[in-house]
Amino acid sequence: MPSLFSIAKLPLSQWVSDGVNWLTQNWSGFFNAIQSAGQTFMDTMTNFLSAIPQPIFIIALALIAWLTTPKRYGLPTLIVLGLALIANQGLWSDLMQTITLVLTSSIVSLVIGIPLGIWTSKSQKAYAVVKPILDFMQTMPAFVYLIPAVAFFGIGMVPGTFSSVIFALPPVVNFTYLGLKQVPESLVEAADSFGSTTWQKLVKLELPSAKPSIIAGSKQTIMLALSMVVTASMIGAPGLGRGVLSAVQHADVGAGFVNGIALVILAIIIDRFVQKMNTDPVTTPKLPKWRKIAA
Amino acid sequence: MPKVQIKHLTKIFGKKQKAALKMVKENKSKNEIFEKTGSTVGVYDINLEVNEGEIFVIMGLSGSGKSTLIRLLNRLIEPTSGQIILDGKDITHYNKKEMLDIRRKKMSMVFQNFALFPHRTILENTEYGLEIQGVPAAERKARAEKALENSKLISFKDQYPSQLSGGMQQRVGLSRALTNDPDILLMDEAFSALDPLVRHEMQDELLDLQQNVQKTIIFITHDLNEALRLGDRIAIMKDGQLQQIGTGEEILTNPANDYVENFVEDVDRSKVLNAESIMFPGLTVNVDSDGPNVALHRMQEEEVSGLVAVDAKRRFAGYITSDNAVKARRENLSLRDVMSDMPTVKPDTLVADIMTIIYDAHTPVAVVDDDMKLHGIIIRGAVIEALAQTEGDGQENA
Repeated sequence: MPSLFSIAKLPLSQWVSDGVNWLTQNWSGFFNAIQSAGQTFMDTMTNFLSAIPQPIFIIALALIAWLTTPKRYGLPTLIVLGLALIANQGLWSDLMQTITLVLTSSIVSLVIGIPLGIWTSKSQKAYAVVKPILDFMQTMPAFVYLIPAVAFFGIGMVPGTFSSVIFALPPVVNFTYLGLKQVPESLVEAADSFGSTTWQKLVKLELPSAKPSIIAGSKQTIMLALSMVVTASMIGAPGLGRGVLSAVQHADVGAGFVNGIALVILAIIIDRFVQKMNTDPVTTPKLPKWRKIAA
Repeated sequence: MPKVQIKHLTKIFGKKQKAALKMVKENKSKNEIFEKTGSTVGVYDINLEVNEGEIFVIMGLSGSGKSTLIRLLNRLIEPTSGQIILDGKDITHYNKKEMLDIRRKKMSMVFQNFALFPHRTILENTEYGLEIQGVPAAERKARAEKALENSKLISFKDQYPSQLSGGMQQRVGLSRALTNDPDILLMDEAFSALDPLVRHEMQDELLDLQQNVQKTIIFITHDLNEALRLGDRIAIMKDGQLQQIGTGEEILTNPANDYVENFVEDVDRSKVLNAESIMFPGLTVNVDSDGPNVALHRMQEEEVSGLVAVDAKRRFAGYITSDNAVKARRENLSLRDVMSDMPTVKPDTLVADIMTIIYDAHTPVAVVDDDMKLHGIIIRGAVIEALAQTEGDGQENA
């Protein structure tokens, strides 16, 4: 009986390299199109954001935060102080590039992830196929995605976005799946009993019921995209991540901290804005108290 | 034509349906079939008819298949075999779109746990059925508000379900079902989750509502008292099969088998049986034509101490005791002059209400209708006998 170890080493790495090479050669037109379209889109976005004068940007954002939740001053204060600090440290243009990178990767992840979550919750087969792929994506070290990203898209923003999307996609799919699976059976039955179509059931019952879960997943996805900023800077993605990377390379604690705190401020602001979407209609004051009766 | 007809309706859950069907035909128990085949018999060979405008109660314990049966009616559960006929049309093979239409226009359902959508306000919940039909916003709002007004919930229309008590939530559930103006209401243990007082109140409201709107209501319950209170007719189920269909009184007085008999044993008969079911034909004397001697002779012959006095048209007049008849003969009076009072009840008065009357009365109680026509009399012994029937049986068994 041949020992398991007597089998020659499988050329696994060769297979993967060949596969990626084949893709790079045969799909180059496709990748180039994405590369140039993505680059144009993100350049435009960065230029647009950078064109807004700093004080106007800061005040407008604080005002939006204040208008969407009146009588809460924490977030507006954080926005004003935090962004002023970033501007003061001369990191404003890096910040704009990072926002572009994070927003683009997040939006692409959500646009792919939410429908994928819905699909897996509706189809057992889809779930059986997608679930292991997601687990794989989540556990594979993020650095590994950088290699094919460079092969496909070269260096810069677009490969950074590509690897961020792969890294950030799983939570929103999983949470969407979970949220939809947790819609109580009795409510689904009620919707059916009134003659809802599948689409009506999804839009009027299931998605609203799953909203807290979907938003929680989206938040995680956005945070993962943000955390990928530093990693993506290794393949030339610009922004605050590059500052962190360079600080690491030069063992410059001070610069590392300054760039890091800028990322933290950005993370908190994004997190709080996403959280706003998750208000509970019951506890959000809309009616005078006397009309609420004890259950 | 009956509103709903069910013919040989069978539902088996699981894979080995044929084997299960064969076993159920051999009268094997549900458990045995499950152990052998892994399939569960939901309902088996149900035949029944529901008439327009009646409250038809389907009663059984948990696992009896009653919830499956009601879901087969709007095909939330697809039948294995048999037919569901609505307004004379077989809807068993209607396609998806036709079924949506039936659910939207013909049948609405009320659920045990209310099943209100937590992210929608009371008004939005009530509008739901119309919304998915594509009714314009203004019209559906008006109709939903009217339904909420009828159930006195209009002031809560902008609240969310979790802010309302159970009873109120179920009123919303009922309003939501009624807003569609369906012919048929399917009520699945609709009041079972409510506390007894609220449940009683809701039962009253449903009966009032039925007086006004005359829907065909199919009501599922595991509570016999509720079934007897609401049901024009009652179907009793066990292990997915029908045991008996009849009015509450038919089921109480003439149970089809041991199962039904055991089932109805604990029921509070005084709240179900009425005057008509416990009365005797009364012995009467015609006070317009008969004299004291006729009355005394009849009393002697029948060995009673009193007669019900009626007029020439057999309308109730009063009561003649033997003492008074003797007095009339001695003093040469007419029977009308010596008549005494006698309490009266209507034929549909419940035994529970007769009890209080009969304990205070010195005479039997006369059962008369709205035209004062005498239907019969009730004596104290008959009331006690009617109430004691079940307890007596129980003691024999013990």
